[in-house]
Amino acid sequence: MSVSQDSYDVVIIGAGMSGMAAAIRLGMYGHSVLLLERHTAPGGLNSFYRLDGYSFDVGLHALTNYVPEGVRGTPLGKIFRQLRIPRDAFDLSPQLRSCIRFPGLELGFTNEFEYFRTEVVQAFPAEKERFDRFVQFVRDYHAVNLDPDSSSAREEIAKHLKDPLLIEMLMCPLMYYGSAREEDMDFGQFVVLFQAIFLEGFARPFEGVRKIIKVLLKRVKEVGVERRMGLGVTSLVSAGGGISSIELDDGSVIQAKHVVSTIGAVETEHLVEGFPENSHDKRVGQLSFTEAIAVTKQNPRELGFEDTIVFFNDSDRFDYRRPDDLIDYRSGVICVPNNYDYADGQDLKNGILRVTSQANYDLWKALPDADYKQAKEVGFERLMETAVRMTPGVDLEALTESIEYRDMFSPTTITRYTGHYQGAVYGAPKKIKDGSTAYKNLYLCGTDQGFLGIVGAMLSGISIVNYHILKG
Amino acid sequence: MTEDQVKDIILEIIAEIAPDEDLSDVKPDVRLRDQLDLDSMDFLDIVMELRKQHGIEVPEADYPELASLDSCAAYLTPKFKTQAA
Repeated sequence: MSVSQDSYDVVIIGAGMSGMAAAIRLGMYGHSVLLLERHTAPGGLNSFYRLDGYSFDVGLHALTNYVPEGVRGTPLGKIFRQLRIPRDAFDLSPQLRSCIRFPGLELGFTNEFEYFRTEVVQAFPAEKERFDRFVQFVRDYHAVNLDPDSSSAREEIAKHLKDPLLIEMLMCPLMYYGSAREEDMDFGQFVVLFQAIFLEGFARPFEGVRKIIKVLLKRVKEVGVERRMGLGVTSLVSAGGGISSIELDDGSVIQAKHVVSTIGAVETEHLVEGFPENSHDKRVGQLSFTEAIAVTKQNPRELGFEDTIVFFNDSDRFDYRRPDDLIDYRSGVICVPNNYDYADGQDLKNGILRVTSQANYDLWKALPDADYKQAKEVGFERLMETAVRMTPGVDLEALTESIEYRDMFSPTTITRYTGHYQGAVYGAPKKIKDGSTAYKNLYLCGTDQGFLGIVGAMLSGISIVNYHILKG
Repeated sequence: MTEDQVKDIILEIIAEIAPDEDLSDVKPDVRLRDQLDLDSMDFLDIVMELRKQHGIEVPEADYPELASLDSCAAYLTPKFKTQAA
């Protein structure tokens, strides 16, 4: 048998950020924990891989919620405390500067909120007082709780701000970095992201997401959690309103007092109730992405990509929904991992340019193999052209010349490695904030619980096991 | 176990769960929340550490008893004594 016991206090499905954090909390307080991951690499939606000697991050452009040492009462501080991880363990370096770029207008932001405020006030002088009042409203809004929320951010913001362009420009980065809903988001989610991105900020470990994963894995081990990679759950057997046994991919059957699933709400339900022929469940998120990753000979800054992260949109109205084509090139995110303020002026070994846009899962899924490859080639070229079109002062020929290696992921890549239906990186539009399911000893954390980003995901794992298991 | 020893135990636990807090001047009669940056997650951990390190159980209904060092000492000292006996 591949796992060491036939019964555990808690089985956790998925060794992503939320699953690892949940495991650490439970292990710290003496629960016997089995942490299962079907993929061979940990991290889930925020993972890493190597290809031909190059290292790539998946997911993480930036760790949001970054605050410098000494700033108190923020989500990042809670993570360090709850997991007993020293603050410097993640080796975080702050961003240089990022921006939101619309036609003829750019709003820059850094980890100092005043910088962003000044940019907004200069570009939208008539909105000055309304914007300041709105920011205060956001600061006072208590968003990180486990209560249900399906309010409309667009409706709420319209009560505070008047200029439609400013509203679109604020929505663009926040939706790209976490909205599972098309065209709108829950206002609570808006607040969480506004804090995470504008009031707090971006940082990145020099080694990328693997640094964070390494630190979490070390803690997982220290607290005595049993971790199995390349081993998933085939089915959950229910009896008497709870989960009575767990069948693993290798055919073994185990028991647990509690089961914590990070794989998504519908995905988890299917583990209990069997997988339908057609998994086009209406509750599954529709939003997915594709990303072109270019390894460049020069630092992308030398080519003119000076910002850390650019959220761009090529018209005054920002569309956030499943596109009608394979890729929607009208908007996207350009990320340059080199553009962080790394200690001692270090730079990454390679230049990296990542360009992300919205993509249609079903269209990618329907492509035969040869067409899929071709679509990735075309998509890569066009995403690079888009990045150049949206970045003043960059020359496409110089960029093309500088690219020494390339990779590209599509919505189907996301499903292949994470199991999330429809390549929906932000999961289902309707979040289950308290993590409860129809089964009394089965709880959800991670993407479909609804805290956002890497810090949010860890906080999700922590909050759900605190609430359902440790407190009980 | 004296009340002062119980207060020291609580301070040691806080130092462990919130190493970024300055505990050199914690006033025993003032609510911990009012002088330190502690939230409900941190209080849960005080309870969890009491159970793990000292075998002391604090039911959820009694969490308000942990508001200040003085109230912690008043509430927990009898529990420590019962346990030692």
